Amino acid sequence: MTVRTEGFAPGLDEAGFVVNLDRFSGPLDLLLHLIRREEIDIWDIPIARIADQFLAAIGALGLDEAAEYLEMAARLLRIKAQMLLPRRGDEEAWEDPRHELVRRLLEYQQIREVVDWMERAARRRSDRFARGYLPPAPQAPPPPLVFSLEELIAAVERVLAAIPDPVILRVAARPLDVEGATATVSRWLAERGSFSWREMLGERPTLVDVLSSLVALLELARRGTLTLTQPGAFSPVIISRGPAYEAA
Amino acid sequence: MDQRTRLLEAALFSSSRPLTLDELSILDSEADEADWRKAIEELRDHYETGGHGVELVEIANGWQILTRDIFAEAIDRAQFATRPQKLSGAALEVLAVIAYRQPVGRAEIEEIRGVNSGGVLRLLQERGLIEVVGRSEGLGRPLLYATTPQFLEHLGLADLSDLPRTEELTVALRPPAPPPVD
Repeated sequence: MTVRTEGFAPGLDEAGFVVNLDRFSGPLDLLLHLIRREEIDIWDIPIARIADQFLAAIGALGLDEAAEYLEMAARLLRIKAQMLLPRRGDEEAWEDPRHELVRRLLEYQQIREVVDWMERAARRRSDRFARGYLPPAPQAPPPPLVFSLEELIAAVERVLAAIPDPVILRVAARPLDVEGATATVSRWLAERGSFSWREMLGERPTLVDVLSSLVALLELARRGTLTLTQPGAFSPVIISRGPAYEAA
Repeated sequence: MDQRTRLLEAALFSSSRPLTLDELSILDSEADEADWRKAIEELRDHYETGGHGVELVEIANGWQILTRDIFAEAIDRAQFATRPQKLSGAALEVLAVIAYRQPVGRAEIEEIRGVNSGGVLRLLQERGLIEVVGRSEGLGRPLLYATTPQFLEHLGLADLSDLPRTEELTVALRPPAPPPVD
Protein backbone atom coordinates (compact mmCIF):
# COMPACT_ATOMS: atom_id res chain seq x y z
CA MET A 1 0.00 0.00 0.00
CA THR A 2 1.45 3.31 -0.98
CA VAL A 3 0.52 6.53 0.66
CA ARG A 4 1.53 9.73 -1.02
CA THR A 5 1.09 13.18 0.42
CA GLU A 6 2.75 16.24 -0.87
CA GLY A 7 4.17 19.49 0.35
CA PHE A 8 3.09 19.40 3.94
CA ALA A 9 6.37 19.23 5.78
CA PRO A 10 9.77 20.73 5.31
CA GLY A 11 12.77 18.54 4.73
CA LEU A 12 11.13 16.08 2.37
CA ASP A 13 12.36 15.47 -1.13
CA GLU A 14 10.45 17.06 -3.94
CA ALA A 15 8.93 13.83 -5.14
CA GLY A 16 6.89 13.99 -1.96
CA PHE A 17 6.44 11.50 0.76
CA VAL A 18 6.17 7.88 -0.26
CA VAL A 19 5.71 5.26 2.40
CA ASN A 20 5.01 1.66 1.62
CA LEU A 21 3.23 0.38 4.72
CA ASP A 22 3.67 -3.27 3.70
CA ARG A 23 7.34 -2.78 4.42
CA PHE A 24 6.62 -2.06 8.06
CA SER A 25 5.82 -4.68 10.62
CA GLY A 26 3.80 -2.26 12.75
CA PRO A 27 3.36 1.29 14.03
CA LEU A 28 6.60 1.21 16.04
CA ASP A 29 8.53 0.20 12.94
CA LEU A 30 6.99 3.07 10.96
CA LEU A 31 7.70 5.52 13.77
CA LEU A 32 11.35 4.43 13.96
CA HIS A 33 11.62 4.82 10.20
CA LEU A 34 10.30 8.39 10.39
CA ILE A 35 12.64 9.26 13.26
CA ARG A 36 15.65 7.85 11.43
CA ARG A 37 14.78 9.49 8.13
CA GLU A 38 14.33 12.89 9.75
CA GLU A 39 17.54 12.38 11.72
CA ILE A 40 15.72 13.22 14.87
CA ASP A 41 17.17 12.76 18.34
CA ILE A 42 14.99 10.07 19.91
CA TRP A 43 15.45 11.63 23.36
CA ASP A 44 13.89 14.87 22.13
CA ILE A 45 11.27 13.96 19.56
CA PRO A 46 9.48 16.96 18.01
CA ILE A 47 6.19 15.25 18.68
CA ALA A 48 3.97 17.62 16.66
CA ARG A 49 6.02 17.11 13.50
CA ILE A 50 6.27 13.33 13.90
CA ALA A 51 2.56 13.03 14.70
CA ASP A 52 1.70 14.91 11.48
CA GLN A 53 3.97 12.72 9.42
CA PHE A 54 2.63 9.59 11.05
CA LEU A 55 -0.97 10.63 10.32
CA ALA A 56 -0.07 11.40 6.73
CA ALA A 57 1.55 8.01 6.30
CA ILE A 58 -1.49 6.13 7.52
CA GLY A 59 -3.97 8.58 6.04
CA ALA A 60 -5.06 6.43 3.14
CA LEU A 61 -5.44 3.24 5.10
CA GLY A 62 -8.78 1.54 5.59
CA LEU A 63 -9.92 1.50 9.20
CA ASP A 64 -9.86 -2.26 9.62
CA GLU A 65 -6.31 -2.91 8.59
CA ALA A 66 -4.98 0.08 10.45
CA ALA A 67 -6.39 -0.35 13.95
CA GLU A 68 -2.92 -0.64 15.46
CA TYR A 69 -1.62 2.34 13.49
CA LEU A 70 -4.61 4.42 14.56
CA GLU A 71 -4.02 3.53 18.20
CA MET A 72 -0.47 4.83 17.86
CA ALA A 73 -1.73 7.98 16.10
CA ALA A 74 -4.08 8.63 19.01
CA ARG A 75 -1.21 8.12 21.45
CA LEU A 76 0.96 10.61 19.54
CA LEU A 77 -1.81 13.22 19.51
CA ARG A 78 -2.34 12.79 23.24
CA ILE A 79 1.37 13.30 23.90
CA LYS A 80 1.30 16.33 21.60
CA ALA A 81 -1.56 17.81 23.65
CA GLN A 82 0.22 17.08 26.94
CA MET A 83 3.34 18.82 25.64
CA LEU A 84 1.29 21.95 24.98
CA LEU A 85 -0.01 22.16 28.54
CA PRO A 86 1.71 24.92 30.48
CA ARG A 87 4.23 23.56 32.93
CA ARG A 88 4.22 24.61 36.54
CA GLY A 89 7.27 26.47 37.62
CA ASP A 90 9.17 23.56 39.04
CA GLU A 91 10.87 21.59 36.27
CA GLU A 92 11.90 18.71 38.52
CA ALA A 93 8.39 17.37 39.05
CA TRP A 94 7.49 17.54 35.36
CA GLU A 95 7.40 14.12 33.76
CA ASP A 96 8.06 14.11 30.05
CA PRO A 97 4.93 12.64 28.40
CA ARG A 98 7.19 11.21 25.68
CA HIS A 99 9.08 9.05 28.14
CA GLU A 100 6.97 5.87 27.81
CA LEU A 101 7.00 6.12 24.01
CA VAL A 102 10.79 6.46 23.96
CA ARG A 103 11.14 3.43 26.22
CA ARG A 104 9.00 1.34 23.86
CA LEU A 105 10.84 2.60 20.80
CA LEU A 106 14.21 1.67 22.28
CA GLU A 107 12.95 -1.74 23.29
CA TYR A 108 11.58 -2.30 19.81
CA GLN A 109 14.78 -1.02 18.24
CA GLN A 110 16.68 -3.68 20.18
CA ILE A 111 14.37 -6.37 18.84
CA ARG A 112 14.96 -5.09 15.28
CA GLU A 113 18.70 -5.35 15.83
CA VAL A 114 18.30 -8.95 16.97
CA VAL A 115 16.12 -9.61 13.90
CA ASP A 116 18.90 -8.36 11.62
CA TRP A 117 21.38 -10.56 13.45
CA MET A 118 19.07 -13.57 13.18
CA GLU A 119 18.57 -12.94 9.46
CA ARG A 120 22.33 -13.05 8.91
CA ALA A 121 22.64 -16.21 11.02
CA ALA A 122 19.85 -17.92 9.06
CA ARG A 123 21.52 -16.94 5.78
CA ARG A 124 24.87 -18.36 6.94
CA ARG A 125 23.15 -21.57 7.98
CA SER A 126 21.27 -21.88 4.68
CA ASP A 127 24.58 -21.65 2.79
CA ARG A 128 25.60 -24.96 4.31
CA PHE A 129 23.65 -28.05 3.45
CA ALA A 130 23.13 -31.03 5.71
CA ARG A 131 23.03 -34.60 4.57
CA GLY A 132 19.82 -35.30 2.63
CA TYR A 133 18.22 -32.12 3.83
CA LEU A 134 14.45 -32.19 3.62
CA PRO A 135 12.53 -29.03 4.37
CA PRO A 136 10.55 -29.84 7.52
CA ALA A 137 6.96 -30.57 6.57
CA PRO A 138 4.42 -28.50 8.42
CA GLN A 139 2.72 -30.70 10.97
CA ALA A 140 -0.64 -29.05 11.39
CA PRO A 141 -3.04 -31.23 13.36
CA PRO A 142 -6.13 -32.25 11.36
CA PRO A 143 -9.04 -29.95 12.12
CA PRO A 144 -11.61 -31.56 14.41
CA LEU A 145 -14.61 -32.99 12.56
CA VAL A 146 -17.61 -30.78 13.24
CA PHE A 147 -21.05 -31.60 11.89
CA SER A 148 -24.67 -31.19 12.87
CA LEU A 149 -27.26 -33.91 13.34
CA GLU A 150 -28.94 -32.82 10.08
CA GLU A 151 -25.68 -33.26 8.18
CA LEU A 152 -25.19 -36.70 9.72
CA ILE A 153 -28.71 -37.79 8.77
CA ALA A 154 -28.25 -36.36 5.26
CA ALA A 155 -25.01 -38.36 4.93
CA VAL A 156 -26.73 -41.57 6.07
CA GLU A 157 -29.52 -40.97 3.56
CA ARG A 158 -26.97 -40.47 0.77
CA VAL A 159 -25.36 -43.81 1.64
CA LEU A 160 -28.73 -45.59 1.87
CA ALA A 161 -29.82 -44.12 -1.45
CA ALA A 162 -26.75 -45.61 -3.08
CA ILE A 163 -27.71 -49.14 -1.99
CA PRO A 164 -30.12 -50.68 -4.56
CA ASP A 165 -32.17 -52.72 -2.07
CA PRO A 166 -31.31 -51.69 1.46
CA VAL A 167 -31.79 -54.27 4.20
CA ILE A 168 -32.53 -52.37 7.36
CA LEU A 169 -32.43 -54.44 10.51
CA ARG A 170 -34.31 -53.45 13.61
CA VAL A 171 -32.23 -53.43 16.71
CA ALA A 172 -34.10 -54.71 19.72
CA ALA A 173 -32.88 -53.25 22.97
CA ARG A 174 -31.96 -55.95 25.45
CA PRO A 175 -31.99 -54.63 29.00
CA LEU A 176 -28.72 -54.91 30.88
CA ASP A 177 -28.76 -56.52 34.30
CA VAL A 178 -26.65 -53.91 36.09
CA GLU A 179 -28.14 -54.68 39.50
CA GLY A 180 -27.29 -58.34 39.19
CA ALA A 181 -23.78 -57.53 38.03
CA THR A 182 -23.32 -55.09 40.93
CA ALA A 183 -24.33 -57.81 43.37
CA THR A 184 -21.86 -60.25 41.76
CA VAL A 185 -19.02 -57.74 41.91
CA SER A 186 -19.79 -56.92 45.57
CA ARG A 187 -19.77 -60.63 46.45
CA TRP A 188 -16.38 -61.15 44.74
CA LEU A 189 -14.99 -58.06 46.45
CA ALA A 190 -16.10 -59.38 49.87
CA GLU A 191 -14.80 -62.88 49.23
CA ARG A 192 -11.51 -62.28 47.43
CA GLY A 193 -10.60 -58.59 47.74
CA SER A 194 -8.80 -58.58 44.42
CA PHE A 195 -9.50 -60.39 41.14
CA SER A 196 -9.47 -59.93 37.40
CA TRP A 197 -12.50 -58.98 35.35
CA ARG A 198 -11.99 -62.07 33.20
CA GLU A 199 -12.04 -64.37 36.27
CA MET A 200 -15.33 -62.90 37.37
CA LEU A 201 -16.95 -63.26 33.94
CA GLY A 202 -16.10 -66.96 33.73
CA GLU A 203 -15.53 -69.07 30.63
CA ARG A 204 -18.07 -68.00 28.04
CA PRO A 205 -19.80 -64.79 29.11
CA THR A 206 -22.64 -63.41 27.02
CA LEU A 207 -22.47 -59.93 25.56
CA VAL A 208 -25.11 -58.78 28.06
CA ASP A 209 -22.99 -60.14 30.96
CA VAL A 210 -19.93 -58.25 29.78
CA LEU A 211 -21.79 -54.96 29.27
CA SER A 212 -23.75 -55.24 32.51
CA SER A 213 -20.60 -55.88 34.52
CA LEU A 214 -18.79 -53.04 32.70
CA VAL A 215 -21.47 -50.55 33.73
CA ALA A 216 -21.49 -51.96 37.27
CA LEU A 217 -17.68 -51.75 37.53
CA LEU A 218 -17.56 -48.18 36.25
CA GLU A 219 -20.30 -47.10 38.62
CA LEU A 220 -18.63 -48.78 41.64
CA ALA A 221 -15.27 -47.32 40.64
CA ARG A 222 -16.84 -43.87 40.43
CA ARG A 223 -18.19 -44.29 43.97
CA GLY A 224 -14.76 -45.41 45.16
CA THR A 225 -16.05 -48.83 46.23
CA LEU A 226 -13.46 -50.47 44.01
CA THR A 227 -10.30 -49.58 42.10
CA LEU A 228 -9.60 -50.60 38.51
CA THR A 229 -5.96 -51.05 37.56
CA GLN A 230 -4.28 -52.29 34.43
CA PRO A 231 -0.61 -53.16 35.07
CA GLY A 232 0.34 -52.88 31.38
CA ALA A 233 -1.12 -52.13 27.98
CA PHE A 234 -3.69 -54.79 27.00
CA SER A 235 -3.16 -56.75 30.22
CA PRO A 236 -6.23 -57.95 32.19
CA VAL A 237 -8.00 -55.35 34.31
CA ILE A 238 -7.55 -56.00 38.05
CA ILE A 239 -10.43 -55.17 40.33
CA SER A 240 -9.67 -54.49 44.01
CA ARG A 241 -11.31 -52.82 47.00
CA GLY A 242 -11.38 -49.07 46.68
CA PRO A 243 -10.86 -46.28 49.22
CA ALA A 244 -14.60 -46.09 49.94
CA TYR A 245 -15.07 -49.86 50.28
CA GLU A 246 -17.15 -50.88 53.25
CA ALA A 247 -17.52 -54.49 54.15
CA ALA A 248 -21.19 -55.39 53.96
CA MET B 1 41.27 -42.14 12.52
CA ASP B 2 40.29 -43.88 15.69
CA GLN B 3 37.58 -46.56 15.32
CA ARG B 4 35.21 -44.52 17.49
CA THR B 5 35.78 -41.43 15.38
CA ARG B 6 34.87 -43.42 12.30
CA LEU B 7 31.70 -44.64 14.05
CA LEU B 8 30.89 -41.00 14.88
CA GLU B 9 31.39 -40.01 11.25
CA ALA B 10 29.15 -42.86 10.05
CA ALA B 11 26.41 -41.92 12.54
CA LEU B 12 26.49 -38.23 11.64
CA PHE B 13 26.50 -39.13 7.94
CA SER B 14 23.40 -41.30 8.41
CA SER B 15 21.45 -38.58 10.22
CA SER B 16 19.72 -35.62 8.62
CA ARG B 17 19.74 -33.64 11.89
CA PRO B 18 22.31 -32.82 14.57
CA LEU B 19 23.06 -35.63 17.04
CA THR B 20 23.50 -34.75 20.72
CA LEU B 21 25.93 -36.35 23.16
CA ASP B 22 23.02 -38.26 24.70
CA GLU B 23 22.13 -39.70 21.32
CA LEU B 24 25.74 -40.58 20.54
CA SER B 25 25.99 -42.50 23.83
CA ILE B 26 23.44 -45.00 22.46
CA LEU B 27 25.98 -45.99 19.78
CA ASP B 28 28.57 -47.38 22.15
CA SER B 29 27.81 -47.93 25.80
CA GLU B 30 31.51 -48.17 26.67
CA ALA B 31 32.31 -44.64 25.57
CA ASP B 32 31.70 -41.79 27.99
CA GLU B 33 31.19 -38.11 27.27
CA ALA B 34 34.93 -37.37 27.24
CA ASP B 35 35.51 -40.14 24.67
CA TRP B 36 32.87 -38.66 22.37
CA ARG B 37 34.26 -35.16 22.76
CA LYS B 38 37.66 -36.52 21.80
CA ALA B 39 36.16 -38.22 18.74
CA ILE B 40 34.35 -35.00 17.80
CA GLU B 41 37.60 -33.04 18.04
CA GLU B 42 39.42 -35.61 15.94
CA LEU B 43 36.75 -35.61 13.22
CA ARG B 44 36.63 -31.83 13.20
CA ASP B 45 40.42 -31.62 12.80
CA HIS B 46 40.26 -34.26 10.10
CA TYR B 47 37.81 -32.16 8.05
CA GLU B 48 39.70 -28.92 8.73
CA THR B 49 43.16 -30.12 7.79
CA GLY B 50 42.45 -32.84 5.25
CA GLY B 51 40.94 -30.64 2.56
CA HIS B 52 37.27 -31.64 2.71
CA GLY B 53 34.10 -30.22 1.18
CA VAL B 54 32.25 -30.70 4.44
CA GLU B 55 32.80 -29.55 8.00
CA LEU B 56 31.68 -30.63 11.46
CA VAL B 57 29.49 -27.96 13.04
CA GLU B 58 28.02 -27.65 16.54
CA ILE B 59 24.31 -26.95 16.18
CA ALA B 60 21.31 -27.21 18.51
CA ASN B 61 23.30 -28.81 21.36
CA GLY B 62 24.56 -31.46 18.94
CA TRP B 63 26.86 -32.01 15.99
CA GLN B 64 26.16 -32.17 12.30
CA ILE B 65 28.14 -32.58 9.07
CA LEU B 66 27.44 -29.66 6.75
CA THR B 67 28.73 -28.73 3.31
CA ARG B 68 31.06 -25.73 3.19
CA ASP B 69 29.42 -22.44 2.32
CA ILE B 70 31.73 -21.79 -0.63
CA PHE B 71 29.87 -24.55 -2.52
CA ALA B 72 26.40 -23.21 -1.67
CA GLU B 73 25.86 -21.43 -4.98
CA ALA B 74 26.91 -24.41 -7.11
CA ILE B 75 24.75 -26.86 -5.17
CA ASP B 76 21.82 -24.47 -5.13
CA ARG B 77 22.07 -23.80 -8.89
CA ALA B 78 22.18 -27.52 -9.64
CA GLN B 79 19.12 -27.92 -7.38
CA PHE B 80 20.61 -30.88 -5.52
CA ALA B 81 19.39 -29.35 -2.29
CA THR B 82 16.97 -26.60 -1.39
CA ARG B 83 17.49 -23.83 1.06
CA PRO B 84 14.86 -23.68 3.79
CA GLN B 85 12.16 -21.09 3.35
CA LYS B 86 13.08 -17.67 4.72
CA LEU B 87 11.07 -16.28 7.60
CA SER B 88 9.24 -12.97 7.34
CA GLY B 89 10.31 -9.91 9.32
CA ALA B 90 7.24 -10.26 11.53
CA ALA B 91 8.04 -13.92 12.23
CA LEU B 92 11.64 -13.05 13.14
CA GLU B 93 10.44 -10.27 15.46
CA VAL B 94 8.22 -12.69 17.36
CA LEU B 95 11.06 -15.25 17.48
CA ALA B 96 13.45 -12.61 18.80
CA VAL B 97 11.08 -11.63 21.61
CA ILE B 98 10.49 -15.28 22.55
CA ALA B 99 14.20 -16.17 22.35
CA TYR B 100 15.11 -13.47 24.87
CA ARG B 101 12.10 -13.58 27.18
CA GLN B 102 11.07 -17.22 27.20
CA PRO B 103 8.84 -18.49 28.58
CA VAL B 104 6.68 -15.60 27.42
CA GLY B 105 2.98 -15.03 26.75
CA ARG B 106 1.30 -13.53 23.73
CA ALA B 107 0.33 -10.30 25.51
CA GLU B 108 3.96 -9.42 26.28
CA ILE B 109 5.00 -10.15 22.68
CA GLU B 110 2.25 -7.90 21.35
CA GLU B 111 3.10 -5.18 23.87
CA ILE B 112 6.67 -5.05 22.59
CA ARG B 113 5.78 -5.28 18.89
CA GLY B 114 2.71 -3.04 19.05
CA VAL B 115 0.80 -5.39 16.74
CA ASN B 116 -1.41 -8.46 16.96
CA SER B 117 0.79 -11.55 16.78
CA GLY B 118 -1.65 -14.48 16.95
CA GLY B 119 -1.26 -15.49 13.30
CA VAL B 120 2.53 -15.36 13.43
CA LEU B 121 2.59 -17.44 16.63
CA ARG B 122 0.46 -20.11 14.97
CA LEU B 123 2.73 -20.17 11.91
CA LEU B 124 5.89 -20.49 14.01
CA GLN B 125 4.28 -23.30 15.99
CA GLU B 126 3.34 -25.13 12.79
CA ARG B 127 6.93 -24.85 11.58
CA GLY B 128 8.12 -26.27 14.89
CA LEU B 129 10.25 -23.22 15.75
CA ILE B 130 8.37 -22.49 18.99
CA GLU B 131 6.28 -24.56 21.37
CA VAL B 132 3.89 -24.06 24.24
CA VAL B 133 5.71 -24.83 27.49
CA GLY B 134 3.01 -24.06 30.01
CA ARG B 135 0.56 -21.50 31.27
CA SER B 136 1.23 -18.33 33.19
CA GLU B 137 -0.25 -17.93 36.67
CA GLY B 138 -1.58 -14.54 35.55
CA LEU B 139 -5.12 -13.54 34.67
CA GLY B 140 -6.71 -15.97 32.21
CA ARG B 141 -3.70 -18.29 32.57
CA PRO B 142 -2.31 -17.41 29.10
CA LEU B 143 -0.13 -19.90 27.18
CA LEU B 144 3.62 -19.46 27.47
CA TYR B 145 5.90 -19.98 24.47
CA ALA B 146 9.55 -21.01 24.17
CA THR B 147 11.90 -21.75 21.28
CA THR B 148 12.62 -25.34 20.15
CA PRO B 149 15.82 -27.11 18.96
CA GLN B 150 14.56 -26.47 15.40
CA PHE B 151 14.90 -22.75 16.11
CA LEU B 152 18.59 -23.30 16.88
CA GLU B 153 18.92 -25.46 13.75
CA HIS B 154 17.31 -22.81 11.58
CA LEU B 155 19.83 -20.21 12.71
CA GLY B 156 22.72 -22.66 12.99
CA LEU B 157 23.29 -21.89 16.69
CA ALA B 158 24.91 -24.28 19.16
CA ASP B 159 22.63 -23.03 21.93
CA LEU B 160 20.75 -19.94 23.07
CA SER B 161 23.89 -18.36 24.51
CA ASP B 162 25.07 -17.87 20.89
CA LEU B 163 22.49 -15.11 20.51
CA PRO B 164 23.96 -11.62 20.90
CA ARG B 165 23.86 -10.49 24.52
CA THR B 166 21.62 -7.50 25.02
CA GLU B 167 24.47 -5.34 26.26
CA GLU B 168 26.37 -6.10 23.02
CA LEU B 169 23.60 -4.62 20.91
CA THR B 170 24.56 -1.22 19.59
CA VAL B 171 21.17 0.35 20.20
CA ALA B 172 21.57 2.86 17.44
CA LEU B 173 19.45 5.47 19.15
CA ARG B 174 21.49 5.89 22.28
CA PRO B 175 20.97 8.64 24.84
CA PRO B 176 22.92 11.82 24.14
CA ALA B 177 26.01 12.47 26.20
CA PRO B 178 25.04 14.54 29.27
CA PRO B 179 25.57 18.26 28.63
CA PRO B 180 28.84 19.58 30.05
CA VAL B 181 28.42 21.05 33.47
CA ASP B 182 29.92 24.47 33.93
